[in-house]
Amino acid sequence: MLSKKEVEHIARLARIELSEDEKEKYEKDLSAILEFVEKLNEVDTSKVEPLTGGTDFKNIYREDRQVSKDLEKNQAKMIEAAPDREQRWIKVKKVFND
Amino acid sequence: MTDLNKLTIVEAQQGLRRKDFSSVELVTDCLEEIKKGDEKIHSYLEVFTEDALKQAQKADELLADHKKNLPALLGIPLAVKDNILIEGRKCTAGSKILENFVAPYDATVVTKLKNQGAILLGKTNLDEFAMGSSTENSAFGQTRNPRDPSRVPGGSSGGSAAAVAANFCLGALGSDTGGSIRQPAALCGVVGFKPTYGAVSRHGLIAMASSLDQIGPLTKTARDASILFSAISGGDDFDSTGAKSKTEIPTDEDFSLANIKIGVPRQYFARGLDAKVEKTIRSALDRLEKAGATLKEVDLPHTKYALPAYYIIVPAEVSANLARFDGIRYGHHSDQARDLLEVYNLSRAFGFGAEVKRRIILGTYILSAGYYDAYYLKAQKVRKLIKQDFARVLEEVDFIAGPTAPNPAWRFGEKTADPLQMYLEDIYTVSVNLAGLPAISLPGGLVEEDGQKLPIGIQFIGRRFDDGKLLSFASLVENLLVV
Repeated sequence: MLSKKEVEHIARLARIELSEDEKEKYEKDLSAILEFVEKLNEVDTSKVEPLTGGTDFKNIYREDRQVSKDLEKNQAKMIEAAPDREQRWIKVKKVFND
Repeated sequence: MTDLNKLTIVEAQQGLRRKDFSSVELVTDCLEEIKKGDEKIHSYLEVFTEDALKQAQKADELLADHKKNLPALLGIPLAVKDNILIEGRKCTAGSKILENFVAPYDATVVTKLKNQGAILLGKTNLDEFAMGSSTENSAFGQTRNPRDPSRVPGGSSGGSAAAVAANFCLGALGSDTGGSIRQPAALCGVVGFKPTYGAVSRHGLIAMASSLDQIGPLTKTARDASILFSAISGGDDFDSTGAKSKTEIPTDEDFSLANIKIGVPRQYFARGLDAKVEKTIRSALDRLEKAGATLKEVDLPHTKYALPAYYIIVPAEVSANLARFDGIRYGHHSDQARDLLEVYNLSRAFGFGAEVKRRIILGTYILSAGYYDAYYLKAQKVRKLIKQDFARVLEEVDFIAGPTAPNPAWRFGEKTADPLQMYLEDIYTVSVNLAGLPAISLPGGLVEEDGQKLPIGIQFIGRRFDDGKLLSFASLVENLLVV
């Protein structure tokens, strides 16, 4: 099932730093869960269309206009929610190396 | 009058209108009960004492004006699960990553409750991001079951269920992705209703698995659940899965038990179900039959595939939904990070708890190149078969009945070591979410465990958008179910 190397690779994709203990635990837990879900292979689904969401709706459209002013008065609050900021800017560490 | 906090919503509505008591008195009794009992139970993460009393005063002014057509929930004190946004209030989702996050707007359901004049008492505890079946996964401590404080209240809406059971409020909102309203309601001995997918807007609910999440009420009676559902249901521009029209709720006179056919799935009484729970549920069903309802054994052949399908679809959707917690726009931000990648990696490592990390990592694996077809697509196909099972059976019967959960409340720590053990507690509830159907858990009687009488739940499942009929049926039978 899952190897420690695979767990490390997936954790990197998921952007979560794992401790050595966590790696070991998830290697075990995830292997057990993957074994549990293997059960689905007993079901013949060759003629079944997937159910991709909770409704039968296809695409839901609406006019591209503002429907509520709810958030307008709250722009400042939304920026305040950012942990690192300067005036009305959200601060991010540099994206490109020098 | 004393102990007004023990009233149902219906009783409180009548009392307030007859001026037997005021909303301030009603809210005060709830707040005093919380002060007295919640240190031990820990159902609330935050209580809005001052604001609740202020709102109650306003409600009393409106009530004093003798106006007709007063809103249904005017002056009624309610609790809200802490993954639903209330403007200006912290919303933690039970996670360290949102420990200090203040909601910048109201969830649609909260706007609706406020418009109805409801008093919001506070925010209730939950498993982190609603992932869990015991409320032990909260970053802010476990909630105890008021029926036996050495046991879990169920989850993830364990705080809401416990607050209703302990009379710390008259009713509460929860969210249900795979049983998170119904299972804690069952374990705490209260009513929990998961509406049809699309019947209630999720705008302002912190998303877990978007194709399954639904908001619903936890209350003391089915009639109360009906009142809260009426208040929060209906379409919303902010949730495109929402139905455009409101669901009608027929009155009791609209049908009699003699015309009701109830399907009892063979698969819900198979291995894994506690013998005492089975006996109690069977005797509750017998009483329904004696009262005139027709019982029919039915087959839901794909039942055993519901949990495996659920534990592919949920982690997959979780891994996508929780990608937004990046340590930059809101939530915990690691001070130790030296570059951008470390901001993500370290903020998330510190902010998320064990179950959340487990699901994100599993979901990332399931959706990664080479595995998508084998896992996610396969699970969506099985999901279709599960939905078709229900559709076929619900052509023959009005409702499907069975246990809400396989066991009564268990002791703390009993199921935390092995995640699969915990997942099995949702065996009867997850398939309902996969099929998008409405379902209600009603108190189904008591079973004895180590000399302690513990409540169990009986679940009734209805047709898509038959929420009204299901709720009316539930009000009609809730007193028949328990001796």
